[in-house]
Amino acid sequence: MSAGDDRRDVVAIEASEDIIRARRSGRDIARSLDFSLADQTRLATAISEIARNALHYGGGGRCEILGHRAGVQREITIIISDAGPGIPDVAQAMIPGFSTGHSLGMGIPGARKLMDRLDIESRVGRTMVVMTMVRRFTT
Amino acid sequence: MRIPILRLGNILLTSLPPDITDEHAERLQSDILERLDQTAVVGVILDITALDVVDSYMARILAETAQMTRLMGSEVVITGMNPLVAVTLIEMGRELTGVTTALTLEQGVASLKHQIAARDGDPPEDPVDECG
Repeated sequence: MSAGDDRRDVVAIEASEDIIRARRSGRDIARSLDFSLADQTRLATAISEIARNALHYGGGGRCEILGHRAGVQREITIIISDAGPGIPDVAQAMIPGFSTGHSLGMGIPGARKLMDRLDIESRVGRTMVVMTMVRRFTT
Repeated sequence: MRIPILRLGNILLTSLPPDITDEHAERLQSDILERLDQTAVVGVILDITALDVVDSYMARILAETAQMTRLMGSEVVITGMNPLVAVTLIEMGRELTGVTTALTLEQGVASLKHQIAARDGDPPEDPVDECG
């Protein structure tokens, strides 16, 4: 594949099957970019966590997966958004163990540990979580 | 789709399918509890060989099922965890605390027998059992 060979997929998150669809798509794109099996598992798990939040708290949303290859660098960006009530305290939501409901509080801090970066932008009617994983392949 | 729960002597055995949805996992949990109530079961094996993702939700379902089963007087062993799943759970800080695990189904059955014997206060009668 040539440099700048990008891949993109969008999965609507409307039911719990869609969580599986989103994480499978993330894994497929990670595999196509030669990410290791361990990284594929981390990515799929992180997508599962955040997509579930979008479904349960946001009333559904969408998951966009972007794979980018540029020279030795491979990057995957996941953008999960919903139009729900928003996260009242984003800083608190990043703390392990904090939760507004049913032990889903592990989701954000857990996903953050698995990814290289996780940012949240949230207000009433719009929550967006952006996660990235970047790897370099020197050989 | 209902996930089958098999009975092997006094042990219940169920294998979680790949890509199990939240609803199916929850139904499996209640089905197991129902079967415990109906049958003279002393142990449950949850085989997760097919799962290539265990997120915090599934981890909670597994841990809860184990706790509930124990509360009902049976022992639980989770078998076949994919090593990458184990690594991911640890990295997330979501260990399956309080849950007995075994690498294979065979070791899981052996471990269950040991747990049951220990709980009932019987010394393991046959040390050259399949657990080796």
